[in-house]
Amino acid sequence: MKLSSRMKSPAFAALCVASVAFGFFTGSVLGTIGFFLAFGAPYFLMTELPPYASIAERIGQYVFLMICTMIFLFLITPILVIMPLSFNAEPYFTFTDGMLSFDSSAYSLRWYQDIFNFGMTDPDGTGSAWWQDMWNNSVWIGAFRNSFFIAIMATLLATGFGTLAALGLSRSEMPFRTLITSLLISPMIVPLVITATGMFFFYAKKDFFPFFPDGLVNTYVGLILAHATLGIPFVIITVTATLTGFDQSLIRASQGLGANGWTTFRKVIMPLILPGMISGALFAFITSLDEVVAVIFLADVDQRTIPRQMFSGIREQISPTILAVATVLVLFSIVLLSTVELLRRRTERLRGLSPG
Amino acid sequence: MSDAAATSQSTPRDALLVASDGVPLKVKLAKTTAAARRRAFLLTLPLVLFVLISFVFPIGEMLVRSFHNPVGGNVVPAFAESIAKWDGKGLPSEEVFEVFVKDLARARKVRDVGKTVGNLATRVNYEIPGSRSLITKSARKVGKIKNPPYKDALLAIDKRWSNPHVWLVLQRATTDYTLSFYLAALDRRYDKTNNIVQADELYRIYIPILLKTLWLSALITFLCFMLAYPVAYLLSTLPLRTSNLLMILVLLPFWTSLLVRTTAWIAMLQTQGVLNDVFVSLRLIGNEDRIQLIYNQTGTIIAMVHILLPFMILPLYSVMKTIPPSYMRAARSMGASQTYAFIRIYFPQTLPGIAAGTLLVFILAIGYYITPALVGGNDGLLISNLIADHIKSTLNWSLGAALGSILLVIVLMLYWLYNRLVGIDNLKFG
Repeated sequence: MKLSSRMKSPAFAALCVASVAFGFFTGSVLGTIGFFLAFGAPYFLMTELPPYASIAERIGQYVFLMICTMIFLFLITPILVIMPLSFNAEPYFTFTDGMLSFDSSAYSLRWYQDIFNFGMTDPDGTGSAWWQDMWNNSVWIGAFRNSFFIAIMATLLATGFGTLAALGLSRSEMPFRTLITSLLISPMIVPLVITATGMFFFYAKKDFFPFFPDGLVNTYVGLILAHATLGIPFVIITVTATLTGFDQSLIRASQGLGANGWTTFRKVIMPLILPGMISGALFAFITSLDEVVAVIFLADVDQRTIPRQMFSGIREQISPTILAVATVLVLFSIVLLSTVELLRRRTERLRGLSPG
Repeated sequence: MSDAAATSQSTPRDALLVASDGVPLKVKLAKTTAAARRRAFLLTLPLVLFVLISFVFPIGEMLVRSFHNPVGGNVVPAFAESIAKWDGKGLPSEEVFEVFVKDLARARKVRDVGKTVGNLATRVNYEIPGSRSLITKSARKVGKIKNPPYKDALLAIDKRWSNPHVWLVLQRATTDYTLSFYLAALDRRYDKTNNIVQADELYRIYIPILLKTLWLSALITFLCFMLAYPVAYLLSTLPLRTSNLLMILVLLPFWTSLLVRTTAWIAMLQTQGVLNDVFVSLRLIGNEDRIQLIYNQTGTIIAMVHILLPFMILPLYSVMKTIPPSYMRAARSMGASQTYAFIRIYFPQTLPGIAAGTLLVFILAIGYYITPALVGGNDGLLISNLIADHIKSTLNWSLGAALGSILLVIVLMLYWLYNRLVGIDNLKFG
């Protein structure tokens, strides 16, 4: 059945009536929406059953779809809930009565303002002084700057070395392939606390690292190394996946036509594996942006990142500013996810795996 | 017959095929293969070196720290040397006492980090709780002892020096390599005669936490499986356009920051939170008896299931996608009921996905730190939280390292199993 015909059916009308009735029962518009989603979604997901299906099977399918809807709600609700909560006018993590009745005075942008203001010496200043103050003193802006700096550097390292290694690993002649792949993937498997503990001991070595006589703990370099290491498995996995369909004879053809190694990489290999590289880089980037255990172990106040700031924010004084930051981060992950999805579909289309 | 004919027509058997420069083809081929292997290996070399320095050496350092603790030997090196020869019977000899008194008096003036009397006192205190003051107090007073007999003078400072157990512990605490921390991590200790015994009931904390971590991880894995299986099945059977749309609901949480999701669950689960509000508005519970869902084990389980669920859905989905729907139809047409066809035909084909998903989720769950630390309260803490505690707060680094090494061994065994059952090449995202 087409969507439009389903919306004209009596079952759909019954669903609407029941949703509104439920809304009155709970005394909230959200009740109506929730009921409509929980019972309506399975209805729209129902597929044509074969003619031999019994009535029990039809009911079974409906129940199954309702369970699935519940699981989808479980997955997505927490992420959706924080968005309206971040516009709370009150300093609470809960929906106030005003918010539930859509009273505009119950909503405000004060927590978004607070992202800038928190830590500034003079939040009421104006002009360039305000901007300078914000850039240098705001705690959250500082955390954003640290996070992005560390993530970008770590991503460049992980993607560069990772792509090179993936090229080697996907060659049929590669010796000790399983062993080396297992080694390179292991930063993803080994618990972060263990990795961070080891780094905390090792990076603290004095007079061991060139240019850093005091060790790498409490430096940006230490964090970048740590985050690059954690991003490497993602680059390896995505680039190797792109390379599995890669026609190795293209390399021989290019060499046969007189191209050297670098030209072959730049003109032949790179354009074909670029989507995989970008996906891997985005994975490495988000890993670094999200990483907090290594930061807790290896960073000083100067290198505080967003998740580190959120971690102490949740532990010490829980304020809706965290929800505002969380909302910004969710929007950011939506952008990243869309990019990766588009790249994936492009690769599939190029290989003729997907109808588009 | 045909063999002989073939040989007579082409080159004789013993004549080797040679390339234009006269080198046997076999040698040439071996040379090129070796070169190709070398090239492939060289491509991975930079990353392997990088991972060695940034990851493998640090882990190795942690392993070494779990049994190598030179603090005691650094504080009183001369004493460490002389007590090492002691046979452990009765009290040490007068010479050992003399060396100890002089070494302790000298160590008292040292201010270098890791070489102070306080460090030694802490180290001894791990094994005899409450003995810290014995060392620090004696260190303050030994400077006044100028003449023999040193043994009697030391006993005059504190009676506890007459206890041979103290000297046994000092002997152990001043050796560089020790298994004491592994024993402590396994809730064992040395008794007064150097036998390994179980710790007193009050001090047994690590084994119970380790067991709880394994049990909670198993529970979380099971819950993830129960939730992921129907969703993965639905996604694999829907038309591609719809399933791509619904896949966003799985991938968006996967891409969202861990901290954001943990924060979201605090907003959802706290007593004044969304879930309790919903229960109240549905008249399921009264406004007064709201349920405590967070800062306990329940909170840890709910939040971790949510965070790890995509890691279960994705491998299951990628396996289910490859199962042709005609198999189920064939089973039905031959008279199998829906349930029977599912159990005998569909389920066995999803086993590779189940193995991949459950192992991955279990491995990730036993090492979790952030979520339990934020929503776990006291009874939702896992082994990682204890490790972090020893490294960051109590500063008993060797014990933290020993606990970490035990966790690492468990994880590596599971990783090996994953490699055997699933194969590391089959790890994919999205």
